[in-house]
Amino acid sequence: MALLEVDHLRIEFPTRRSTLVAVDDISFSIDQGEVLGIVGESGAGKSITGAAIIGLLEPPGRIAHGAILLEGRQINGLPNEAMRRIRGARIGVIFQDPLTSLNPLYTIGRQLVQTILTHTALNAAQARKFAVDLLNDVGIPAAKHRIDSYPHVFSGGMRQRVVIALALCANPDLIIADEPTTALDVSIQAQIIALLRRLCREHNTAIMLITHDMGVIAETADRVAVMYAGRIAEIGSLRDVVKKPKHPYTVGLMASIPVIDEENDELPHIKGSMPGLLEIPPGCAFNPRCPDVFDRCRRERPDLMPTGNPNQIAACWKYNGTNTNG
Amino acid sequence: MGDPHHGQLISSTLLEVRDLSKYFALPSQWIRRVVARQPRLVLKAIDGVSFRIRRGQTFGLVGESGCGKSTVARVIVGLHTPTGGEILFEDKLVNARNDRSSRASLQSRMQMIFQDPYASLDPRWRVRSIIAEPIRAFKLAHNQAALRRRVAELLRQVGLSPNDGEKYPHEFSGGQRQRISIARAISSNPAFLVCDEPTSALDVSVQAQILNLIKELQRRLGLTYLFISHNLAVVHHISDHVGVMYLGRLCEVAPKRNLFSQPQHPYTRMLLDTIPDLSLTGRSRQSVTGEVPNPINPPAGCSFHPRCPAMHARCQVELPQLEASGESLVACHAVQEGRLQ
Repeated sequence: MALLEVDHLRIEFPTRRSTLVAVDDISFSIDQGEVLGIVGESGAGKSITGAAIIGLLEPPGRIAHGAILLEGRQINGLPNEAMRRIRGARIGVIFQDPLTSLNPLYTIGRQLVQTILTHTALNAAQARKFAVDLLNDVGIPAAKHRIDSYPHVFSGGMRQRVVIALALCANPDLIIADEPTTALDVSIQAQIIALLRRLCREHNTAIMLITHDMGVIAETADRVAVMYAGRIAEIGSLRDVVKKPKHPYTVGLMASIPVIDEENDELPHIKGSMPGLLEIPPGCAFNPRCPDVFDRCRRERPDLMPTGNPNQIAACWKYNGTNTNG
Repeated sequence: MGDPHHGQLISSTLLEVRDLSKYFALPSQWIRRVVARQPRLVLKAIDGVSFRIRRGQTFGLVGESGCGKSTVARVIVGLHTPTGGEILFEDKLVNARNDRSSRASLQSRMQMIFQDPYASLDPRWRVRSIIAEPIRAFKLAHNQAALRRRVAELLRQVGLSPNDGEKYPHEFSGGQRQRISIARAISSNPAFLVCDEPTSALDVSVQAQILNLIKELQRRLGLTYLFISHNLAVVHHISDHVGVMYLGRLCEVAPKRNLFSQPQHPYTRMLLDTIPDLSLTGRSRQSVTGEVPNPINPPAGCSFHPRCPAMHARCQVELPQLEASGESLVACHAVQEGRLQ
C-alpha cells in the first residue's frame, strides 16, 4: 500500500463573485521512503496541495472533493485535535523561510524539546539529549552548546538545519518540504539537499518535495509530478521526465532552462505565461501556449493517460489511445 | 598591481571602474562608543573592485547574497556615492562633483532594470506614463505626438502591443511587467544598462523569454550590459566576460569560456560544483563546507581562506590581488604560486 494517496483532490476558494479552483482533480501517491518532486510555476497549486495534506489550508480554502489517505486511512476532514497529532508525529513539514518557521522568542532547544515531548514518550531529560543528537545529526557544530541559542544567532543555512531537525523530531513517515532551499545561497543549497537525502535514506522517510527549481528535483527526487494551472500535467520517474518529457509543457519547460554545457544564442521558450485561476481556458489549460495543439485540446480536458512508457503518464490528448505496452 | 587588463584597447571600453569601494557605517550605540571605546562598525560592501566592460558586450557579475554585487550596480548608476575609487564612462570620469547638466546627460545614457517587477513599477501610473517618464525627464521628445509614437514603438520593441500603454501594471503578469521595466529603461536611448537579477523573480519558462529579449535588444540597439545574477547558468548564457565576487571583492575575472571550462579560483570552482546537474550523469556535487563569513568582521588575509581547500599560512595574513593567469585575472595566492592546477 502506498504511504500517502491523494485521490481526485479538488481545492476551492469561494469568493463573493465566483469560486476559484486552485487544485482541480489531482491524484498521486507516495511510497514508503520515496522522494516525490512536485514542480511547477508559481500559482500552479503545488503549495496548496501540500497545505491540504497537512490540514493547514487557509480559509476560505477548502477541499471540495476527493480524499487524502495516509496508509489507507482518510486524514482530510479529521477533527483539529486528531489532525494535530498526525502533523508532526506522522507528517513533518519544512517551509521555505527558515526564519519565520522558528519562534524568535524561544531557544531552539526549547522548541525542539517541546516538539519531542508532544509527540514521543520521552521524559524531559531524554528529550533534551535526543534534541542534541538531532542537532548533531543535521550538522550543527557544537550542538551541545548551541542548543540554548536563539534562532537569530544562526545563519540561514543553519536555521534551515534546525527546521529539518524539528521536522524529524518524531521520526515521521513523510516530510512535506515546501521550497526548502529557495531562500538559501547556492553553496548552502547543495549542503541542505545532501542532508535531506541522507537523513531520509537513514530514517526511511518519504518526502514530498515542492519546488519550482528543476535542478533541486533532479538531485533529489525518485519520481516527479509536473503541475500546471492546478492540474498535474505529467508524472513519471525522474529520468523519464527530465530526459524524455511527454507533456508539451514539460518539454518546453526543460528546454527553456539554460544549461552551462550548451552554447546557444537563443533559449527555446514557451510563448505567453501560465493563466491565472480566473482565466483558465476550456479544454486543456495549456492549449493556448501549446505547439502541438489540435481541436480536441480546445474542447475537452485531458486526464492523465498512458504514454507508451509504463513509468510515465501525461494529461495530453496526443497520447490518447496509446497502448501501455506499446 | 600593474595594469591587469593588458591586451584590451582603451577605446573599446565603455565603462571602467577602478578600485571602487563603498563602505556603510553601521548604527552602533553612542554610549558604547564613548564609554567602552568601541570603534565605529563599518561594513565594507565593496572593496577595491576594478573591471572594464567593452562596448556592445555583457559583463556578468556572480556571487552569493551579500557579496556586494548589487552595491556595485547601485554605485555605478549613482544610487550610492562611492567611498573611494573611480568610475569612467565613455572615457569620462563620473563622480559626485559633476555639474547637474552633465550628470543628467550621463544618466540618460545609463539605465537600470531591477529584480522585482512588482515593486519597480508605480501601481498608480498607466504603463504609457511609466515608459514616458525618462523621455520627459530628459526632454527627448519635442511634442505629445512624438512622445506617443516613441512609447508605442518601445512597447512593440519589448513584445507588447501599443494598446497595452493604457493599462495599469497590475493587469500584467510578472514577465510582462519586466518587459515594461525594460521598455522604460531603454526609452532614453541609453548605451549602458545595469540588469540587477532581472529574471530571478520570474518562472523558468518566462525567464527564457526575458533573457532572449535582453539579448535581442543588445543586438539591435548595440547595448552594453552589466548583468548581475546569482544563477551561474543564466550568467553563462548571457555574458561575454564574467566576474566572480566574494565578500566585497572580485576573486576572478575571465572570458566566459575560460571561467566555465577552466575555473581557477577555489571559490569559482566551488560555485561551479554547486550547479545542479540536470543531465543526470550521477556526478556527485562536491560537498562544500562552511558558509559565507560575517562581512562586518571578515577573515584576515584572503576572505575565502576559512573555506578554502588550498589554504596556506600566507592566505591567512596577506590579501591576494587580481593578477593575470592565462586569459583570466585571479586573486589567489595558491593559483599565483602554481599550487593549484
